[in-house]
Amino acid sequence: MKKKMTTVPFQGTAEQEKQLHALIAEHCGTPGAIMPILQKAQAIYGYLPIEVQQIISDGTGISMSEIYGIVSFYSQFVLNPKGEYAVSVCMGTACYVKGAGAILDRLAAIIKVDPGEVGDDGKFSLDATRCIGACGLAPVFLVNEDVYGRVEKPEAVDGMMKKYME
Amino acid sequence: MDKVKIKINNREYEADRDATILEACRTAAIEIPTLCYLKEINAIGACRVCLVDVKGARAMPAACVQPIHEGMEIFTNTPAVRAARKANLELILSDHQKDCLSCIRNLDCELRILSADYGVEDEHHFTGRLSAGVPVENEDAAIVRDNNKCIACRRCVAACNDMQGISVIGPNNRGFDISIGCSFGVKLGDVPCIACGQCIVVCPVGALYEKDDTEAVWQAIADPTKHVAVCAAPSIRVTLGECFGNEPGTFVEGKLAASLRRLGFDGVYDMDFSADMTIMEEAAELVERIQNGGKLPLITSCSPGWVKYCEHFFPEFIENLSSCKSPQQMFGAIYKTHYAAKLGLDPKDIFFVSVIPCTAKKFEITREGQSAAGEGIRDVDAAITTRELARMIAKAGILFNELPDEEFDSLAATGSGAGVIFGTSGGVMEAALRTAAETILGEPLEKVDYEEVRGSKGIKTATYKIGAMDVCVAVASGTANAHKLLTAIKNGEMDVQFVEVMACPGGCVCGGGQPTHAAATRNFTDLWSKRAAGLYANDKDKPVRKSHENPLIKELYSEYLGSPGSQKAHEVLHTHYQARSKCVRKPEI
Repeated sequence: MKKKMTTVPFQGTAEQEKQLHALIAEHCGTPGAIMPILQKAQAIYGYLPIEVQQIISDGTGISMSEIYGIVSFYSQFVLNPKGEYAVSVCMGTACYVKGAGAILDRLAAIIKVDPGEVGDDGKFSLDATRCIGACGLAPVFLVNEDVYGRVEKPEAVDGMMKKYME
Repeated sequence: MDKVKIKINNREYEADRDATILEACRTAAIEIPTLCYLKEINAIGACRVCLVDVKGARAMPAACVQPIHEGMEIFTNTPAVRAARKANLELILSDHQKDCLSCIRNLDCELRILSADYGVEDEHHFTGRLSAGVPVENEDAAIVRDNNKCIACRRCVAACNDMQGISVIGPNNRGFDISIGCSFGVKLGDVPCIACGQCIVVCPVGALYEKDDTEAVWQAIADPTKHVAVCAAPSIRVTLGECFGNEPGTFVEGKLAASLRRLGFDGVYDMDFSADMTIMEEAAELVERIQNGGKLPLITSCSPGWVKYCEHFFPEFIENLSSCKSPQQMFGAIYKTHYAAKLGLDPKDIFFVSVIPCTAKKFEITREGQSAAGEGIRDVDAAITTRELARMIAKAGILFNELPDEEFDSLAATGSGAGVIFGTSGGVMEAALRTAAETILGEPLEKVDYEEVRGSKGIKTATYKIGAMDVCVAVASGTANAHKLLTAIKNGEMDVQFVEVMACPGGCVCGGGQPTHAAATRNFTDLWSKRAAGLYANDKDKPVRKSHENPLIKELYSEYLGSPGSQKAHEVLHTHYQARSKCVRKPEI
């Protein structure tokens, strides 16, 4: 899937940046170290916005186009932060055959966020995830830690989402 | 070189041990088609149109990357090989925007030529999910990208990253979503692109091309209120002929002048003349800096791609850059001031066009500090590449090869041999040395050939004894080499007084605006040698080989500029530079 740049302003802290610089210093000069740097940078910030990629580029001497090429290639890297409410729809086989696709579309329409992205206000993010191991509840989706299972039909999500929408 | 015995199509051959199948077959007079492979630039075996059969191999290998070995039996022309290549071409075509009739690369598109060669029948072979249509990126001053035609061969990426060391484009996303572009999908203006155009020269299809400025030129020519003047850069005379079927390096100066005149330009001039002007100013600057303890090394500033590179990546060297405008800008500047007065023209009514081997010059004309006539009048109104001029000539129905040889207009007809060699790496250095050495010595040189700075090597160094002084010089072409050279100077590993840098490998004769050649030609032809040979031969034949001996230059200085480096010369012929960021600019949301 094509990755899109976030519209949420960057709010990295000085502490996070200190950790990132230490991380770069630790790996700098090791061939192929860009993967662990990106993985750990994502662990620090939760995502890899342009600001973080530029710090990594300046620190390692690896060009922005190469770094972005890697980040946009691997599905493990994300360009968007998680929202205050992180909505994730299980796309495992059981959920999928039980209609998770339509649920994802319905959720995207309600919260006005495309899969893989976060809304401008940072309130909601939406992701299609791999199997979360709750096949007995298929189809299932999560809002942060809240689990919603056996969603009978797409329209049913409207009521479930109500309390987060206020 | 160690040889091995191989068989190609059941015939025995000897080939270099470290050759690839592609190279070995070429020495046996067999051409294997390629789309992604470009010698010394890109060897990734991605496009799969160079497939061959090898006895005992599990699958058909890609000839461009597969090395040969003793006893290898290669088959290049079996029904299975032809079918595989054809199928791969059909797959590539399935996801390619096929508006070939209106495509800028219509006649020299490598994909189209191969499709014809292999008799492609089904250009919609694959009917599954295809890449969605994307907008053509044409906001940049110099380079247009149309990813609807991109075949993701990555030649442009290799040219930008590996050859030039700039790395502002790369493959983004993956699978059907893959697109070649800047990180985060930003525009070329938001990254430190230097507009060298090497990406364009290597593109096999119509996905990359220069911003076409010919329409503005046609309109100006048709406008009776405009005086439209044109000047052609030194290298154009050895490359323009290629667009009309001549061998690379064919010297077509006479036909170049004749064709420009027939296109309807009011003044047809030779940029060799302003190259001589550049040398007068730059040599004076060099002598001044050496004798008065100025900032050294002095670095040439004729290559706008290099200047932009310096501003982005080595801002600490901006003071070292010569303040001289490039020959293109000098010509426009002097034309809209001194010559406008001489011809009784208002500079506002002049439309000045340059024909250049370069895409960065399209950016250069928009720079600040390039307006000698003032009032926001640009020194140069349009800069068109060799390719654009060729298209204009074709459109006008001018049979280039049948034209008589004519001369440039007498107002600025004479360029010295020094001006001619500006078109190749080392040329500006040699030209400047001829003048600087005589200025310092105060007597004529015995020998004007500076052989050590010639040649296609990425970095060339030499030390010349001028009187009691040793002058150390260095020449770099291609920005990756410039990076190496400047880093060495910065680290104190090298002590030089004068440096020439050209953004394109080999200099202007291999510039980003020069005619494109299919990989089949490029991989086995040394374009630089052929083109540069044409310029050096012309230099040798010239009655005047030093810029300061050019009678027109002498006249210009006595009539208008005074002496090199004078107040007047600075007003008209010099400029300034600015540090630029090397970061990616975050787009406004």
